[in-house]
Amino acid sequence: MKILTLVRQVPDAEARVRVQGTTVDLEGTTLVMDGMDEYGVEEALRLRENGANVEEIVALAVGPKRVEDALRTALAMGADRAIHVETDTPLDPIALSQVVAQVAQTEGAQLILVGGQEADWDSQALGAATAERLGWPQLTWTNELNVDGDTLTGRHDVDEGNESFQATLPAVVTTQQGLNEPRYPTLPNIMKAKKKELRKDDLGQYGATPKVRVVSAEIQTRARLNKVIDGKDPQAAAQELLGLLRNEAKVIA
Amino acid sequence: MILIVAEHTNGKLSKSTLEMVSAARSAGREGPITVLVLGQGVAAIANEAAQVADQVLVADHAALAQYNAELWAAATTQIAQEGEAHTILIGGSRSGREYAPRVAVKLDAPYLEDAISLQAQGAALRAQRYTYLARVTETVEAEGAVVVVSVKPGSFPAAEATGAAGEQYDVDLDLPAARVQVTGKTVEKTSRVPLGEADVVVTGGRGVGSPENFSSLVEGLADAIGAGVGATRAVVDAGWRPYAEQVGQTGKTVQPKAYIAVGVSGAVQHLSGMGKSKYIVAINKDAEAPIFKVADYGIVGDVNVIVPALIEAARK
Repeated sequence: MKILTLVRQVPDAEARVRVQGTTVDLEGTTLVMDGMDEYGVEEALRLRENGANVEEIVALAVGPKRVEDALRTALAMGADRAIHVETDTPLDPIALSQVVAQVAQTEGAQLILVGGQEADWDSQALGAATAERLGWPQLTWTNELNVDGDTLTGRHDVDEGNESFQATLPAVVTTQQGLNEPRYPTLPNIMKAKKKELRKDDLGQYGATPKVRVVSAEIQTRARLNKVIDGKDPQAAAQELLGLLRNEAKVIA
Repeated sequence: MILIVAEHTNGKLSKSTLEMVSAARSAGREGPITVLVLGQGVAAIANEAAQVADQVLVADHAALAQYNAELWAAATTQIAQEGEAHTILIGGSRSGREYAPRVAVKLDAPYLEDAISLQAQGAALRAQRYTYLARVTETVEAEGAVVVVSVKPGSFPAAEATGAAGEQYDVDLDLPAARVQVTGKTVEKTSRVPLGEADVVVTGGRGVGSPENFSSLVEGLADAIGAGVGATRAVVDAGWRPYAEQVGQTGKTVQPKAYIAVGVSGAVQHLSGMGKSKYIVAINKDAEAPIFKVADYGIVGDVNVIVPALIEAARK
């Protein structure tokens, strides 16, 4: 089985996000591989380590030159090789799924792992859209995954709780916390990763164009009241807070 | 027509469906507002939907007894094509956001995901949505003969009944076979107000100290003021609380009138799940905790002392 693991590069959670003109400007921001995607890379490695028949693990990223760094991280974690579809055109998930599906087909991938909701576009659509393009089933918000031959079993979160599932490969799995604990690349592996193949593709060859236009972006700063009460006298502080909630905010009876 | 796929649980129409009706009305696009009800034994749900919609399409089918992404996508696509829908609204629940992209791909349509506002802009449809862990609000737009939208729960008012019941029609579907088998299901139940619908939410973080303290302090306060209960990722990871209570990037997004964070430090990932609450209240002994920066009201003090005082005062 060949596994395709998708990687996005996002601002570090603690990094400040800035808007320049109509879009978010990531220039000068600390960027990392999305944590949700790290679970996917780690899971691919663990499937192999735990005895599943994993022929190759290929990391794929679509985006500007800088996303190479995220792919190098995936290679340093243990992915076998990487494909970078280089473009400065931002693609929405539906358009991006066109690229992913084509790569999956030409590579003959049988399992695609992708983060459940990434920290840049707050979208859950890429996995599902890719599955639809390929005509594959999908398992989203997966927190346990086993592969035995062609059979996929595991557990994932759904609206009202969680479900155990069974499906047959090929399939798309979206990952999340609880699935595993991603490893840190070690120095020797970082060195080794530099020698691994990182193929460059051009977006033009995939014929994907954005379907959604970003008109504007605004940083959400909501003015908060910031009324802080000293808790040295707990009873008085409790009374004061309840008073504010009842009479000023009018949120409790 | 504008097609809304109904969300429902336990034989009742979900509030999110009523919110989608408001979203459809606010969009200002032409055509009857049509609600599609998928499921088995859904007559009562269809009747409820008829109170707010121009027409209701009912697909009562044994194969639809259980939600399944591929079946829901196939059914929605078929009805959208037959009814020549130009706008398709799907709930922004976990399941809705799972099959909506499939509908968009099947129809070769653009997809506006997790919309918090919706407005026709000439031939385009414009929506706002949160990005970057809900720190940014983006305005996006798409043009196309058909546009698929998922609507973020809690972003629109629930539509009121119009007084005139919409016509109901049964529809036949050509459904694929389900390829994902559900082999077990755990439904997380709560006797309290469900987290997503509660006007007030009390959430506990690691600063609460222990699972026992969580019960006495967080649940105690929630019960005293009639609130829902939430938890941070750290608390869920530690096994103190079920995942269903988790608020944040990887858990639920909530937007109550008041969000009371007890022993919560306020990591960005947590803020992304609750930062849009109308009032935020922080109780934490660390005055430097990031949660105070986004709080309207706060008490700096030991949760073990402050919260019992709050419970006592609230009960009076």
